[in-house]
Amino acid sequence: MNFWATPVGWSLMTVGGVMAVTVGVLVSLAFLLLADRKIWAGVQMRKGPNVVGPFGLMQSFADFLKFVLKEPIIPAGADKIVFIIAPLITYILAFGSWAVIPFAPGWVVSNINVGILYLLGVSSLGVYGVIMGGWASNSKYPFLGALRSAAQMVSYEVSIGLIILTVILLAGSMNLSTIVEHQAGGFWNWNMLGGGGWKNWPLIVVMFPMMVIFFISALAETNRPPFDLSEAESELVAGFQVEYSSTPYLLFMIGEYANIVLMCAMLSVLFMGGWTSPIPLPFLHLPFWLSEVVSFFWMAVKMGFWFFMFAMVKAIVPRYRYDQLMRLGWKVFLPTSLVCVVAVSAWRVFVVGS
Amino acid sequence: MNAFLLQYLPILVFMGIAAVIGSAFLVAAFTLAPRDPDPEKISAYECGFNAFEDARMKFDVRFYLVSILFIIFDLEVAFLFPWAVSLMKLPHNTQVFAFWSMFTFLFILTVGFVYEWKKGALEWE
Repeated sequence: MNFWATPVGWSLMTVGGVMAVTVGVLVSLAFLLLADRKIWAGVQMRKGPNVVGPFGLMQSFADFLKFVLKEPIIPAGADKIVFIIAPLITYILAFGSWAVIPFAPGWVVSNINVGILYLLGVSSLGVYGVIMGGWASNSKYPFLGALRSAAQMVSYEVSIGLIILTVILLAGSMNLSTIVEHQAGGFWNWNMLGGGGWKNWPLIVVMFPMMVIFFISALAETNRPPFDLSEAESELVAGFQVEYSSTPYLLFMIGEYANIVLMCAMLSVLFMGGWTSPIPLPFLHLPFWLSEVVSFFWMAVKMGFWFFMFAMVKAIVPRYRYDQLMRLGWKVFLPTSLVCVVAVSAWRVFVVGS
Repeated sequence: MNAFLLQYLPILVFMGIAAVIGSAFLVAAFTLAPRDPDPEKISAYECGFNAFEDARMKFDVRFYLVSILFIIFDLEVAFLFPWAVSLMKLPHNTQVFAFWSMFTFLFILTVGFVYEWKKGALEWE
C-alpha cells in the first residue's frame, strides 16, 4: 500500500502542505509589505525603508520583533474576551481561505469542488473580525470605523459575487483548478479576454471591464486606499483598530495583507489563467518537477503584478468620500455586473450553446 | 468518513494551524512585553479629552439597511452559483429554458432593486 494513502502519511502530507503555504504566505507578506512601502515611497520620490538590512529588506522582521515586544493594551471599558478574539478571527479566516488557492497543478491544500464558493463565504465572514473588534473596544472611533468598514466590505462583496458568476459561466465549474485549466493554452484563452479562444473573443467587451471592476471591488473589500475610509486619519484615526496595540494589532495587519494577496491570487486565477503560461511552450519538454516550478513561477509573477497594481493605486489615487463609495458600489458596480451576468449567460446559451 | 467530506479536512487543519500561530503571537506579546497599565493608558481614546459616555450608542439606520440589502443580493448570488455551473452541461433546449427562468428571477430582483433605488435607500448625504 502506498504510504501517502495511509492515515499517517495523509496527515503528514496535509500538515506539511499547510505549513508550506502558511510559512510561504507569511514570509512573502513580509517582503510584500516592504515592497508596498518602497513603491509608495518611490512614487513620492522618497527612499522608503532602507536602514534595516540591505535595501531595508529586513524591515518587516524588525517591525515584527517590535510588535511582539510592545505592551499590549486592553482598554478598561473593553469586552476583554471579544477584544482578544477579534484579531484572531481575522487572522484565521485570512489564512483559512488560502487552503483552496492552487499555486501550480496539484499544488493545493484542499482541492474542493466548490472552492470559489468557499472563498466567497470566508471573505464574507471576515466582516466578523472587524465588527467584533470595533464593538469590543467600547470607544467611539472604533465603533464608527467598524460600522463603516463592515458596510463597505459587505457592499462590494455583492458585486464580487456577481463577477465570479461570469467566470463560473465561462468555466462551468466552481473548482479553482478547473477554472485555471479552462484558461490553459495561452493568453488568448484567459477569462479577461473572453475565455475560450477566438470563438469567445467578443466577450472581451464584458470580461475585461469585469476584471477591472473585480480589482476595484477587491480594493474596497480589503479596505485599501482609495477606499480606506475606515482609517481615514483625519476623520476616524485608525478605524476599528484604534484601541489595538502590539500583536493584536499585528494580527489585524497580517490578516489585512493576507487578504490583499489573496485577492491578487484570485485575480490571477479567475482572469489571468493562474499558473498557466501566457504563451504555450510545449516544445520545451520540461521534466515534470520543472514544469511544476515554472507553473508556480507564472502564478507568482501574476500575483506580483496585481500586488504592484494595489501598491500603485495606494500611491496615486486620492481617497473617496463615503457617499461616493456607497454610490459606486450599489449604483454602478452592482447593476453593471448584473447586466454582465445576463450578457455572458446569453452568449453562452444562444451563441456557443446552439 | 467518506472521501467527499475528507476533502474538507485539510481546511480545518489549515484553520487549526492558523489558530495556533495566531494564539502564539498573542501569548508572545502578553508574556514577553512589559505590562504597566495605568488609568490614563487604558481609558478609551477620545481625541484628548475624557470619554463622555458609553460608546455603544445609536447609529444610522442605513448601516442596517445596507446589511439587509447585502443578505438579499448575496443569497441571490448563492442561488445563481449552481445554476451557472450546470447551465452549460444541459442540452440546448433545456439551456434556453434555464436561461429564461433565471432571467425572470433576476428581473423580479431588479424590480425590487429599482424600487429601493427610487425610495432612496441607497442615498448617503
